[in-house]
Amino acid sequence: MSAEPSADAELAAPERGVWIAFCRDLKLAMRSKGELGQALAFFVIVVSLFPLAIGPETALLKRVAPGVVWVCALLAVMLTLPRVFQSDHLDGTLEQLALSPYPLPLLCAGKMIAHWVTTGLPLAAVAPVLGLQFGLDGRELMVVVAGLLLGTPILTMLGAIGAALVLGVRGGSILMALLVLPLYIPVLIFGAGAAEASMAGIDVSANLSLLGAMLLFGLVTTPFAAAAAVKISLD
Amino acid sequence: MAGRRLEARGLGLTRGPRLLFSDLGFVLSAGQALILRGPNGVGKTSLLRVLAGLTSADCGQVLLDGQPTSSLSSAGRHALLYFGHANALKDDFSAQENLADQLALDANFVPLNEQLAALKAFGLLPRRDVLARRLSQGQKRRIGLARLALNVGHRGKPVWLLDEPTNALDAEGAQLFQQLVNSHLADGGVAVIATHLPMDLAGSTQELHMQEGA
Repeated sequence: MSAEPSADAELAAPERGVWIAFCRDLKLAMRSKGELGQALAFFVIVVSLFPLAIGPETALLKRVAPGVVWVCALLAVMLTLPRVFQSDHLDGTLEQLALSPYPLPLLCAGKMIAHWVTTGLPLAAVAPVLGLQFGLDGRELMVVVAGLLLGTPILTMLGAIGAALVLGVRGGSILMALLVLPLYIPVLIFGAGAAEASMAGIDVSANLSLLGAMLLFGLVTTPFAAAAAVKISLD
Repeated sequence: MAGRRLEARGLGLTRGPRLLFSDLGFVLSAGQALILRGPNGVGKTSLLRVLAGLTSADCGQVLLDGQPTSSLSSAGRHALLYFGHANALKDDFSAQENLADQLALDANFVPLNEQLAALKAFGLLPRRDVLARRLSQGQKRRIGLARLALNVGHRGKPVWLLDEPTNALDAEGAQLFQQLVNSHLADGGVAVIATHLPMDLAGSTQELHMQEGA
């Protein structure tokens, strides 16, 4: 297309788009540290409310722990979803992303990775500390963390699609929750299922494998869905 | 740069019950500019968005170098530069970071010293490390001009779609903008500009007066 061979050679690397979008969003996230800590603080506080509310009955706490951690992780991720596209939509950079020579799905993939690194990853990192409040032992904590590491990227990827769809819609955040939460159910079932299996002494690999399969499937499909959703909301 | 050619054929767009334009067409070859005129709300922005591929037209086609482009096709994304109402700046980035960010997204690899030269040309050099949120509207607009300046010539995007580019600019800024468009056209670029200001451009210029429902 271009008369410049050098420009063509550089553009022949569309995967650079992932890196560019990732660095950009990561840098932006680091600039607003307050926002960055909010999801984590929400997660820590809400999970900590349960032992206070239920009381010090170890058996009961242990029984509800996986579900509590997973539901709270899911809500914490959902709270941060507007960050993926909203500010870009408001200041007009989303149009520039859509018109970038880099393919929009790859830019979306970069944004998703940046979102996960700033939300899902910290959640998984603090989960063991929170798990101690529920009396989980070392192996069970490891399964919870492994599940979160596999599951939270899926939450980000599915959520980004919802976040893109509700751009510019009034009352969009509630609508997004209604769109996204049902899609989160499989992740919740297998994530919490893995932790419960480890408590029951059953093999956890089935649950974790299913999470891994969903993650891989999501990696190749959701960037395209998110890009399509962005195009729709720009139209 | 090879001569670029932008053509619109029979474009029509309705928004809700309103017909914005129908059967709209033009041909721009290398070095030509189209000035969009018309009152507020007549559909100038919508037309630019259709040309950019951000909005799909109800009918008609946009052709780039004779090839029909679908919305946001790869060819279109390599050739079209859209400079909209919004400045597309991140408040948390400095002036220089914003320029670098936009150029990175444009896949336009410009060394830092040239970026600084462009910022200097638009009077932003002393403010290059100031966060965009602390810049005035005119200064924000000037970052966009610096990006345009780095799209002149063989690199960058040859087809400019500019939506009221002189908004919030002072007289000097508007003057700089005109020089910029002139050098772009002299280099064989193409520009579609929606503006209310009189434009004094060198090359051959077409004007399109848009009217309600026309």
